[in-house]
Amino acid sequence: MIDWFCIIMGSALFLLMIPMVYRIWVGPTPFDRMLAVNVIGTKTAVLLVIIGTLFERVDMFVDFAIAYALLNFVSAIVVSRYLNRTVSLREMEAKEKKKEVGA
Amino acid sequence: MIESLGVVPVVAEAVDANTGIIPLQFIGFGLGVLGLIFFFGTSVGMFRFPDFYTRMHAAGKGDTLSTMLMLAGFALATMEDFSLGSWLLVVKIMAIVLFIFITSPTSTHALMRAAFEDDEMPLEEKDLKEAKKKVK
Repeated sequence: MIDWFCIIMGSALFLLMIPMVYRIWVGPTPFDRMLAVNVIGTKTAVLLVIIGTLFERVDMFVDFAIAYALLNFVSAIVVSRYLNRTVSLREMEAKEKKKEVGA
Repeated sequence: MIESLGVVPVVAEAVDANTGIIPLQFIGFGLGVLGLIFFFGTSVGMFRFPDFYTRMHAAGKGDTLSTMLMLAGFALATMEDFSLGSWLLVVKIMAIVLFIFITSPTSTHALMRAAFEDDEMPLEEKDLKEAKKKVK
């Protein structure tokens, strides 16, 4: 019973990830893309637990899921910091150019 | 049961279809389906909402809650007996749940802050009216 539940639930998760892929593909801003990647990464941790249940090695796959959730969090924080920094640097350059033009 | 699919040769020998405690399994299935419903909401929201902040609203809430519900459901459903090993498994899965409960709103907040400092303005009423005029 639990095998069929795992298969149905995993395939449903996979199908519901398709709109996220659409959002990565057409997302107007980079933040949309990062948000969709974050959602997919969180759901991949769940998918790892499901696969572990299917293989009857949950004790092993749970550790993978912990590591994956941690990496996902770190990547989200790093990318948000990176986008923030580059944008503010660009703004500083624009301000300096404005000052030069004004002077 | 699974060997009839022919896709998982690893467990082909040792499948006993009714491992697990039946009431806990039913509670776990219910939690999993509930999480799937919430993830459906997240997915529709990410697909249809017009603005970055509204999409973030859908993704941040629905993703956190659905992940927590699904993982809690699988923690209950995979429990085979009340031995130390299965309790350790439940505690590990609950550790993932706690971790996601803390980190998913944090990363949502960081992304929102980065977007707001990038002059990504939220959608206003006049933008919606203009969009309606364009459609008509």
